[in-house]
Amino acid sequence: MKILLEKLIINYPYCIAAILFMIGGLTVLTRSNLLKKLLGINIMESSIFLLFVAGGNIRGGAVPVFDKANVESVYINPLPSALMLTGIVVSVSVTAFALALIIRLYKTYGTVDAQRIAQMRNEVEEK
Amino acid sequence: MKDFILKRVASIILPFVFIYGIYVILHGHVSAGGSFAGGIIVGLSFIAFSTIYGIDKGRAKLPEKVLIFTESYGTLWYGIMGMVGIFKGVPFLTNKLAGIDLGVPGALSSAGLISLIGLGVGIRVASTMVTLFFIMVEDE
Amino acid sequence: MKLRNLLILLVILLATYGTLISVAELPPYGMPDNPVHNQVSERYINRALDDTGALNMVTSIVLDYRAYDTMFETVVLFTATLAVVITLKLSNKGVSNK
Repeated sequence: MKILLEKLIINYPYCIAAILFMIGGLTVLTRSNLLKKLLGINIMESSIFLLFVAGGNIRGGAVPVFDKANVESVYINPLPSALMLTGIVVSVSVTAFALALIIRLYKTYGTVDAQRIAQMRNEVEEK
Repeated sequence: MKDFILKRVASIILPFVFIYGIYVILHGHVSAGGSFAGGIIVGLSFIAFSTIYGIDKGRAKLPEKVLIFTESYGTLWYGIMGMVGIFKGVPFLTNKLAGIDLGVPGALSSAGLISLIGLGVGIRVASTMVTLFFIMVEDE
Repeated sequence: MKLRNLLILLVILLATYGTLISVAELPPYGMPDNPVHNQVSERYINRALDDTGALNMVTSIVLDYRAYDTMFETVVLFTATLAVVITLKLSNKGVSNK
């Protein structure tokens, strides 16, 4: 048990990413407001970006911009940062489209609660 | 009283935010930044202006024709820049093989096609942010 | 607390415990001899200033070595804007119940 705790303290960014993922998953599954579910999806995506970008870090490394002063310094890995730019754009697109759908639902049913919308649809089907 | 303070402060700060966004786009290949972050900063300055001064003044500054123009041609600009390689006999979207000289590293006009493509992508991302805001805000 | 929320909390706590056990087996954070730093990033770092003229390595990866991905990413942004406009504009012009 002590060895497990020591190994977890060394990899602290990955632990924080896992805990954030679980907090986001809890928010999506438990709350019944549609806007809170959308925020939970956003938290889960941000935790994955943290996991990948923190994987490419080197302790004591320099920012990956060429420096004329000291030429022989160790640069951190620029590849995960460049690949996560595509992921951020996908996250923005999904959030924008989900917000548009929530606006349409609000105009039709008058509420933003997922369980009340399901009740209204069941009443309309029974008639 | 809230409107009074917000309008005075915003009229001083927002032009500097706009110019900072353009600076981040143009210096994408020299220091940290790039096209995506700079585009979002420029878009946010327009959204802040629309929120504080009212939507009608915001729409008067950027009418729909300008937004449609930058949105559509910003996506085509990338493909047109890639065709420069095909006209010289090398594969699509190449920079050094097409014979463009790269200049002195560190100057603003170096690195061939990278700064031109970055400018197009930055303007396009700003236009996307402003378009999404104006569409979602109007009611009926 | 309802019974359903309590069961969901229990399942998620078990999943967190399983994830944290496998996080402890990952290579240590920040060492220069991780398996992440292989010959791909070495080639990109060593030849970025000669192949392109840019000082910023992330920009030269995103806009020169892998420019194809960025082109389709702008198309994805365009498609998202198109989808939002279709969902919110065509509803008020008489096309109801669709």
